[in-house]
Amino acid sequence: MAFSQEDLAIMETIIKRYPRPRSAIMPLLHFVQSRAGYVTNEGIEIIAQQLELAAAEVTAVSTFYTQYKPTPVGEYHVGVCTNTLCAIMGGDAIMEGLKDHLGIENDGVTADGKVSLEHIECNAACDYAPVVMANWEFYDNQTVQSAKDLVDSMRAGNPKPPTRGPNTLVTWKQASEVLAGLNDGRANEGVQAGGPTLLGLKIAKGETK
Amino acid sequence: MTTEVVDMITVVVDGFEVSVPKGTLVIRAAEQLGIQIPRFCDHPLLDPVGACRQCLVDIEINGRAFPKPQASCTIPVEPGMIVKTQLTSPVAEKAQRGVMELLLINHPLDCPVCDKGGECPLQNQAMSNGQGETRFEGVKRTFQKPINISSQVLLDRERCVLCARCTRFSEQIASDPFITLNERGALQQVGIYENKPFESYFSGNTVQICPVGALTGAAYRFRARPFDLVSTPSACEHCASGCDMRTDVRRGKTLRRLAGDDSTVNEEWNCDKGRWAFKYVTSVDRLTTPMVRNASGELVAASWPEALAAAAKGLKASKAAVLVGGRATYEDAYGYSKFARVALGTNDIDFRSRLSSNEEREFLAARVVGSTTTYLDIDRADHVLLVGFEPEEESPIVFLRLNKQVRKRALKVTAIATKLSIGVEKLKGEFIKVAPGAEAAAIASQSLTSKSVILVGERGAESAGVLSAVGALADSSSAKIAWIPRRAGERGALEAGAIGNVLPGGRPVTDASARVDIAAVWGTDSLPSAEGKSTQEIYAAVNAGEIGALVVGGVDPLDGENSQSALAALEKAFVVSLEIASSTVTQHADVVLPVAAVTEKSGSFLNWEGRPRSFDAAVQDSLNRSDLRILSMIAEEMGTSINLGTVTAAIKEIASLGKWDGARASMSKVSAPAQPSVSGDQFILTSWRRLLDLGTLQQGEENLAGTARATVAVISPKRAGALGVVDGDKLKISTSLGSVTLSALVEDIHDDALWAPRNSRGSQLLVNLGVAHGAVVSVVKI
Amino acid sequence: MTKLTPVLSAHWDEKDSFTIEGYKRHGGYTASAKALAMDPDAIIQLVKDSGLRGRGGAGFPTGMKWGFIPQGDNREHYLVVNADESEPGTCKDTPLLMANPHVLIEGCIIACHAIRAKHAFIYIRGEVTHVVRRVNQAIEDAYKAGLLGNGIDVVLHIGAGAYICGEETALLDSLEGFRGQPRLRPPFPAIAGLYARPTVVNNVESIASVPAIIANGAEWYQSMGTEKSKGATLYSLSGHVNNPGQFEAPLGITLREILELSGGIRTGHTLKFWTPGGSSTPLFTAEHLDVPLDYEGVSAAGSMLGTKALQIFDETTCVVRAVLRWTEFYKHESCGKCTPCREGTWWLVQLLRDLEAGKGTEADLAKLLDLCDNIMGRSFCALGDGATSPITSSIKYFRDEYIAHITHGGCPFDPVASTLFAGAGA
Repeated sequence: MAFSQEDLAIMETIIKRYPRPRSAIMPLLHFVQSRAGYVTNEGIEIIAQQLELAAAEVTAVSTFYTQYKPTPVGEYHVGVCTNTLCAIMGGDAIMEGLKDHLGIENDGVTADGKVSLEHIECNAACDYAPVVMANWEFYDNQTVQSAKDLVDSMRAGNPKPPTRGPNTLVTWKQASEVLAGLNDGRANEGVQAGGPTLLGLKIAKGETK
Repeated sequence: MTTEVVDMITVVVDGFEVSVPKGTLVIRAAEQLGIQIPRFCDHPLLDPVGACRQCLVDIEINGRAFPKPQASCTIPVEPGMIVKTQLTSPVAEKAQRGVMELLLINHPLDCPVCDKGGECPLQNQAMSNGQGETRFEGVKRTFQKPINISSQVLLDRERCVLCARCTRFSEQIASDPFITLNERGALQQVGIYENKPFESYFSGNTVQICPVGALTGAAYRFRARPFDLVSTPSACEHCASGCDMRTDVRRGKTLRRLAGDDSTVNEEWNCDKGRWAFKYVTSVDRLTTPMVRNASGELVAASWPEALAAAAKGLKASKAAVLVGGRATYEDAYGYSKFARVALGTNDIDFRSRLSSNEEREFLAARVVGSTTTYLDIDRADHVLLVGFEPEEESPIVFLRLNKQVRKRALKVTAIATKLSIGVEKLKGEFIKVAPGAEAAAIASQSLTSKSVILVGERGAESAGVLSAVGALADSSSAKIAWIPRRAGERGALEAGAIGNVLPGGRPVTDASARVDIAAVWGTDSLPSAEGKSTQEIYAAVNAGEIGALVVGGVDPLDGENSQSALAALEKAFVVSLEIASSTVTQHADVVLPVAAVTEKSGSFLNWEGRPRSFDAAVQDSLNRSDLRILSMIAEEMGTSINLGTVTAAIKEIASLGKWDGARASMSKVSAPAQPSVSGDQFILTSWRRLLDLGTLQQGEENLAGTARATVAVISPKRAGALGVVDGDKLKISTSLGSVTLSALVEDIHDDALWAPRNSRGSQLLVNLGVAHGAVVSVVKI
Repeated sequence: MTKLTPVLSAHWDEKDSFTIEGYKRHGGYTASAKALAMDPDAIIQLVKDSGLRGRGGAGFPTGMKWGFIPQGDNREHYLVVNADESEPGTCKDTPLLMANPHVLIEGCIIACHAIRAKHAFIYIRGEVTHVVRRVNQAIEDAYKAGLLGNGIDVVLHIGAGAYICGEETALLDSLEGFRGQPRLRPPFPAIAGLYARPTVVNNVESIASVPAIIANGAEWYQSMGTEKSKGATLYSLSGHVNNPGQFEAPLGITLREILELSGGIRTGHTLKFWTPGGSSTPLFTAEHLDVPLDYEGVSAAGSMLGTKALQIFDETTCVVRAVLRWTEFYKHESCGKCTPCREGTWWLVQLLRDLEAGKGTEADLAKLLDLCDNIMGRSFCALGDGATSPITSSIKYFRDEYIAHITHGGCPFDPVASTLFAGAGA
């Protein structure tokens, strides 16, 4: 796909955030994913051109970070935490359950392009274990069944909303735009905190049973 | 050389005291004592990185010990430092052994089929600092076996130890970050962007500094074992940078060439042309026997006495002149210079078988001969001005030196040029854009200081007034001038007097006492006193019947501006050709005398600094003779001995000439002519030679040629817009002589100008168009 | 019994706690107004006096770090906030930013003023879309309110999945647009950090703690905590407990106290092992329940306070499996720069997989420990060191369990028993 003039103008504004242009390489890669779905060669070349870098230098960066995808992922990219704590609390079982349910392996994409699956590392929500992420939104306290229901809802085109996140789940490309630092106006949606986050406060205030 | 006071610091390594300059890294302080700490990522010319962790040692400073072993390649010495290497610290020894074991767990251990085997730092240090057996019983990381990252360089990722020397070299030294570390962790690997090969003019250095067999050159792959090679120190014959080199020969055949180590010149680097273009020596049409043209006009093999007699006879029969190419060694050029004056009695000699001018000849005599500007002046310059000179293309080590200073201390570089080049962009240079022919005015408006350096290339001769302007600028600012020709032999030929206006040592031919000086050493009564003719004038004189014979050594007549005149003259004159291989001159020669290639003889080049770069014969048993020896034999045959039978004799004689302390030749001011105005389909042509092109000495190197830059015709955005041209469109560029058709590239170039490579595949301007710079051409989009 | 002391978390239970209105309702941005009227050096002194130490793991005194920035050098200074929370078990900054991003922005304003920086960068990990939204919106609202843009700018920089970028120099390289690999030190960031300019890199919680210190004074902060570990902090309890969550308490509280307050270990189970501050801190067991969770107490007991990520594992958990998984994490996250970490984690994983599968030998345990010895203190940064912590500490406390895998010919544990939904027919 070609990047529109509007896209190029957005890229310019991203570069202007920083005192030195090269710093913009990461948000620009997120932005490329928001348009192309993954890090395309065209995207690499446009970034190289805009930042006056060799394309190899952009590739060196894009391949270092796991969120930049060298091939297309699903409209909903599902990550199952299988770092120790989540794995033991059920993440391993969820991962196996989803692989079986979707008929794909780790890093696979369903044939309809709706769902891709990746085992992920600790996502800073251990008090909500086991954790599943979709387009990097939180789905807390998952079970094998809840995770299957979640991906079914995605494939049906009506994904369940995140536990702590916006009112509806955005697509991979839309999420990538947020990660490029663009405001989608949905910051005020969703809860301010989940139960475990507030537990200590409630105990301190004597609000627990 | 340095005049700054250096603080010395004394440290103790393994119980021995050593004093080293402040800032010295521990690993190099240990080297001073002969203590070799194993290392991979460390390289003295690259920024320390501390990545491989092979050089861990125990360090304490004034009684305070570091809690854990430190990478000795990253830590500068400090007063009171006590270092314990693997020799005295069991902790350091175990740390090093542990790192070595880890480096080897994923290494394929395919030494028996690896080019690096026998000269491999990993192999050697695994033996010296590792353990015999690995404890690793698991699964090794595997990658697809070697992949081409350019047509010349192959990458075997399994062998790589990820020291990042190659990627750091490309970024820090060459400013060509086309290879990078990609991926992460155990999957980290060197790689290119898939659509952009590792096409750097300096890529070969990465092969040389790779401490394992991960990077190999296509030309040498699977060819030899290092212990079968005989290595000879040599000097590069490809350009005037003056690289120190090493030539590796097996059974009389050069198998590879490596950059030598000379901190004052090329440090430890060279360019890919110097490294990989050497097959021309063994090219198929190499001349092997003398030849003489017989009565029926055919060149037939002859014995040496027969050929020498024919040459002597022809040269004595009429007025003769000498054309010697810019690739002759200093000693050979001296031979030609003396031969012209003594045997032929003429000053009609010129080493400039290229575009040149009489303004240039005066400039060389007045400003360049004997000049002492060096690389060190670049290191210390406050500002470097480039005139008619693209360092990356025309003298790559000068480029590296400029780049080093740009990177280290933001050296200001200004280029007066028609087109912004890749090299000047990499130097972050100020680009003063001029129309071809309008350079002189831009030079005049520069302001420099006595710490500035003007680097002017041989192309300075291609626009009238440029060299006069350079001289004037140097006079007004006290800036230093360095003249940087492309060919390795030109500075030496100038110093040897292989030009019509000066005798050896810069002595003006018109100066009677200068002639007396030389005549005394040469043992002749007198020397010719009139200034000799230039290359073009010599050809013209032949065509006018004033000169009847030519001695031609290493000249390509198609390198000049008027090749038809040159070819006509060669056809008309009695030509004695001294050549290594059959050439255009051979076709017209009456006597052909095969000479030794540079690897087959000893001698020296004077690089652009005037610094001697001497070398011995790398191929020991060659029967080929140097030009010098053959000229002596012809002179002998003519009855006017020049007594230069050997290189040693020439060196001795040159030394005995002493310095010239008389007046230098002066230079008359030349003004730039009025600029033509162009519009519509007219452009003023501008060009330079690329480092990798169709140069004679690059013949037979397809892998190298594969990394050459694309042949394009460059015009400005404004003109492209007017002509409706976009990148990739085909442009037909014509003169009355002919045309070339090239892909368009719209770039930063003067609106009046069209740039094309001078001698690249599909774009041999002097042959195809008869012009190369400053002439008006017409352009049609087809 | 130590009491919980919600400061940072005091108003997280209000629905709009993350908005500028919600924040201002409880005195938000009054501390920065106060600070901007103060002499920068006085702020640094105040923070020094408070005893605040870095909450990102290393515990370096925050005020002292600020004091290292050269003054009057006429160069740009930068504040960089490390919000790349990725250490396994660590989950405090993320909920903090989701619930109250403004406290960080206010902290940035104060810190920038103190260190004479005009620019702050918040480097947030990229795997938390909604937290990114909240912080981005907060920055926008702070600009709209005129709190930013008057000499102090804050830029949100979003990461893309690399644990190593939590290491401060790797973070700086990443922020400059390079691969996130650690830099050589010296030079330290205080001298040559971001863009080779003097830079302070602080954890989210450290900076977020500053407004309250300015508002309430050093003495107030000093009144909490222990002798050398002052103030309150967020403890994150997770794993086999009845009630996981965030607990803001004075430094020095014990795990026993937190468990008692929160409802204890999973009912019917017993504590087997735990991490005091994330997976890179050596494991503790039930014998460490009373270790004061401050910098000195944890260190004296052979581990590190780290990020106060209390990951609790009960007796159903196979320690070999747990350690293998962490080791796989380190292998996945090793940046690749140095040999011991890159190659060492590759090898460690293979050894541990074999051991877990019952294919190891006792000699492999010795090899494993020797390998850890060749990685620990030999790698470029602390990631390699961290990779060895769970292995060496688990062998120290649970050697028999490793042996059991060998003699049993496989893992003797039932993985289902340790899941949250064990018995729920998952």
